[in-house]
Amino acid sequence: MSEEIEQKIKELEKKVDQLQNQRKDQLSIAIISGDMDKILAAMVISIAAAAMDTKVKLFFSFWALSALRDKNKKVKGKSFLAKMFGMMLPKGKDKLKLSKLNMEGMGPVMIKHLMKKQNVLSLDEMFKQAGELGIEITICEMSMNLMGFTKDEMIDYPYLYYAGAATFVADAGESSIQLFI
Amino acid sequence: MTPEELAQVNVDKSVDARGTSCPGPLLAAKKAIGEIQSGQIMEVLSADEGTRRDIPKWCTKKGYEYLGTVEEAGYFKIYLKK
Repeated sequence: MSEEIEQKIKELEKKVDQLQNQRKDQLSIAIISGDMDKILAAMVISIAAAAMDTKVKLFFSFWALSALRDKNKKVKGKSFLAKMFGMMLPKGKDKLKLSKLNMEGMGPVMIKHLMKKQNVLSLDEMFKQAGELGIEITICEMSMNLMGFTKDEMIDYPYLYYAGAATFVADAGESSIQLFI
Repeated sequence: MTPEELAQVNVDKSVDARGTSCPGPLLAAKKAIGEIQSGQIMEVLSADEGTRRDIPKWCTKKGYEYLGTVEEAGYFKIYLKK
């Protein structure tokens, strides 16, 4: 009898170990694209996940940083190349292009009109909701520096952090869902 | 539950999310669920057909009981028990 109980305890301990090593109910997305449609997709998935009480951690890198620029913030003292990059890239989420059918900016205008008509939240509203839901946004500092952006021109967001690739790797490693957009 | 049974249900909380598309209704439901007690019933009104499939998944994850959906003209009434 006692042997049987010992056996059972061993089995249970093994199961507890397995459960403890399971990944967290967490979504990690590496967002590299700065296209409006892809940022939209990332935000819709994030908000749906957060609404289901899944912890969401977004890692913004490269072209996606355009979406986090604040259109009202101006930064002085940039180098020539940094200024050029700043001028050529969209300044904020309202200025993003579509990956298809951009048509010199006509596409985004049409999509925004349709979104409004069909009661889809705008990107501005989505970021606001994301902040209320506690969705974390981490900016890849290396790509920010590379593109000549500074912290002073990024949006005000309640859970905004700056880190490197290892942070994404560590976060993604403990997440049950990892996506790359 | 059948649509007839659902029509008889006493709802403790009603969420009208017909003015938003995915993921708006789920968000509205999440915000409202905190206002009811365990065992109480909530209905979510949504014009978004995706929500009809989303809400049961959310219920499964959170351990709420999905009771059923009634189709109205142009929208859905989705019932769940906390």
